[in-house]
Amino acid sequence: MVEEKSEMVNNVMCLLTDPDGAPIGAPMYLPQNATPQHLTQIVNKLLNHEEKLPYSFYISDEELLVPLETYLQKNKVSVEKALPIVCQPQAIFRIRPVNRCSATISGHAEAVLSVAFSPDGRQLASGSGDTTVRFWDLGTQTPLYTCTGHKNWVLCIAWSPDGKHLVSGSKTGELICWDPQTGKSLGNPLIGHKKWITGISWEPVHLNAPCRRFVSASKDGDARIWDVSLKKCVMCLSGHTLAITCVKWGGDGVIYTGSQDCTIKVWETTQGKLIRELKGHGHWVNSLALSTEYVLRTGAFDHTGKQYSSPEEMKKVALERYQAMRGNAPERLVSGSDDFTMFLWEPFINKHPKTRMTGHQQLVNHVYFSPDGQWVASASFDKSVKLWNGTTGKFVAAFRGHVGPVYQISWSADSRLLLSGSKDSTLKVWDIRTRKLKQDLPGHADEVFSVDWSPDGEKVASGGKDKVLKLWMG
Amino acid sequence: MKKTLAMHEESTSRRKSDDNVQDGAVPAYLLDRDNTTRAKVLSNTIKQKRKEKAGKWDVPLPKVRPVAEDEMFKVVRSGKRKTKQWKRMVTKATFVGPGFTRKPPKYERFIRPTGLRFTKAHVTHPELKCTFNLEIIGVKKNPNGPMYTSLGVITKGTIIEVNVSELGLVTPAGKVVWGKYAQVTNNPENDGCINAVLLV
Repeated sequence: MVEEKSEMVNNVMCLLTDPDGAPIGAPMYLPQNATPQHLTQIVNKLLNHEEKLPYSFYISDEELLVPLETYLQKNKVSVEKALPIVCQPQAIFRIRPVNRCSATISGHAEAVLSVAFSPDGRQLASGSGDTTVRFWDLGTQTPLYTCTGHKNWVLCIAWSPDGKHLVSGSKTGELICWDPQTGKSLGNPLIGHKKWITGISWEPVHLNAPCRRFVSASKDGDARIWDVSLKKCVMCLSGHTLAITCVKWGGDGVIYTGSQDCTIKVWETTQGKLIRELKGHGHWVNSLALSTEYVLRTGAFDHTGKQYSSPEEMKKVALERYQAMRGNAPERLVSGSDDFTMFLWEPFINKHPKTRMTGHQQLVNHVYFSPDGQWVASASFDKSVKLWNGTTGKFVAAFRGHVGPVYQISWSADSRLLLSGSKDSTLKVWDIRTRKLKQDLPGHADEVFSVDWSPDGEKVASGGKDKVLKLWMG
Repeated sequence: MKKTLAMHEESTSRRKSDDNVQDGAVPAYLLDRDNTTRAKVLSNTIKQKRKEKAGKWDVPLPKVRPVAEDEMFKVVRSGKRKTKQWKRMVTKATFVGPGFTRKPPKYERFIRPTGLRFTKAHVTHPELKCTFNLEIIGVKKNPNGPMYTSLGVITKGTIIEVNVSELGLVTPAGKVVWGKYAQVTNNPENDGCINAVLLV
């Protein structure tokens, strides 16, 4: 104890904790010239990791980049209490930032409204205003299949988490299921909705493999659960009074729907009953994001690119990945609204929001959790993208650079880079660590409506009003 | 009579409405919002090539009525006996710029009254058909002569440069456009405001 008070220069009492708050080891003395690399070694030793995993360290939400000494001097932290240092594990792989357009593929006759990579990152599909869905070959960067069948604009597309099916929804309210290997439709269009489809979400593969069910949301105010093998609607979730703008199938087997009537409803999937209603927004709810969304989207596939043969194997691996991602914390939900704010909810704990995230000056169009769940990014019509802490909802940084409303954002698989597409026809890549613009990707001739980063991190696809699909590579 | 019968039949029979596929497809998040159609990104390469071939300086008002010097300037008599007549006062609208400082009044030949100085112009985008109130950056060319251009006199047909950063235009290379040319379409000294049309 005497040591601690008299020599204020040499040692600091530190307590290393993991992101949930649980301490990793006992409080210990660390020399003040310890750098983040030294701390990484210590953490790896404490947790008995054989391979060295990279970590990033945060002291009261500020990242530690310099030796402890410099940090203490700058912030005048008292050395009498144990200094809590939060250790955040980082992805072992690193994604290269994209910086050039490798291909501009034309083919669509009207604006490209949505692009999506398959969960293993090997296939690419896009839906357009010319009523077709097209599959593209990533190796040769040419069109693969053109799938006609819809009667009006194809508004949304969604891949099943096992990569075997693609569902597309159109402006007339019909959904068609396609087989990506042959490019043919599996059966007749699924009819049931009366107005256009605003969102589609598949059931996670760890709940049910092979993937059979998905939920679709429509402007007519109800969400329907469909079964692909039975080719009909199994359940209709009605309750919203106005259009549903966004629907997500959560990892615990509940469905979240956000609507223009300013509420978010949570439904359970066996009976189709309403579990909870989350009220709080003052205007339309535009977008929802779940903390485990990326894992649910990619299913059993990860950056190693391993293929699985049987559905049971996929289910097991997907379940492991989901448990690792979720940890002990409950699932978190972020909703972005037209009232310029966002709410962070923990739907299983409380029906009141945990945090209100204000700061945008125009409506929030798209919110997205990072793949590791650490950050939330929000794209708004006020031309900025804001970064928030994923667990507490505190504001971290604002990315300014776009000169038009930002429409959509997408994360790289290692959560280090963020991509945004805007009405001003440019895409911008932002670095999370330095909180600055990493790369500007101009080239589109008109508004960019949809962007997607492939789960293996190699490519970025973007489509917009100029009717061409652009592929960008590092 | 036949026509009225046919009309009645039309209303009772139920027909499946044929939804024509409309132009201007927008994604689902933009469907319920009525966005004002924004200006297409300038310098679309084909458009540019066409323009370069046709005529480099195609302007909306190719010919304007010439303004004579005695209409442009008013003679100001100076001196103890008011016999000296070398000073002139500009009777048309002018633009002087933010850092403008007059020459010593005893020596300045051209007086630009502050009442006729303008900083902003109402600029119309020819394709969007909407008007913005934009700041003037400078006078590029006055068709009546280089002397008027250097003085900053704005008459009908003058080409001015305006600050378009609030329109959010971006070149294909990714650079943000902040200045564009516009041509004045009214007589500012009669109206009290400058109306111009943007040259895209």
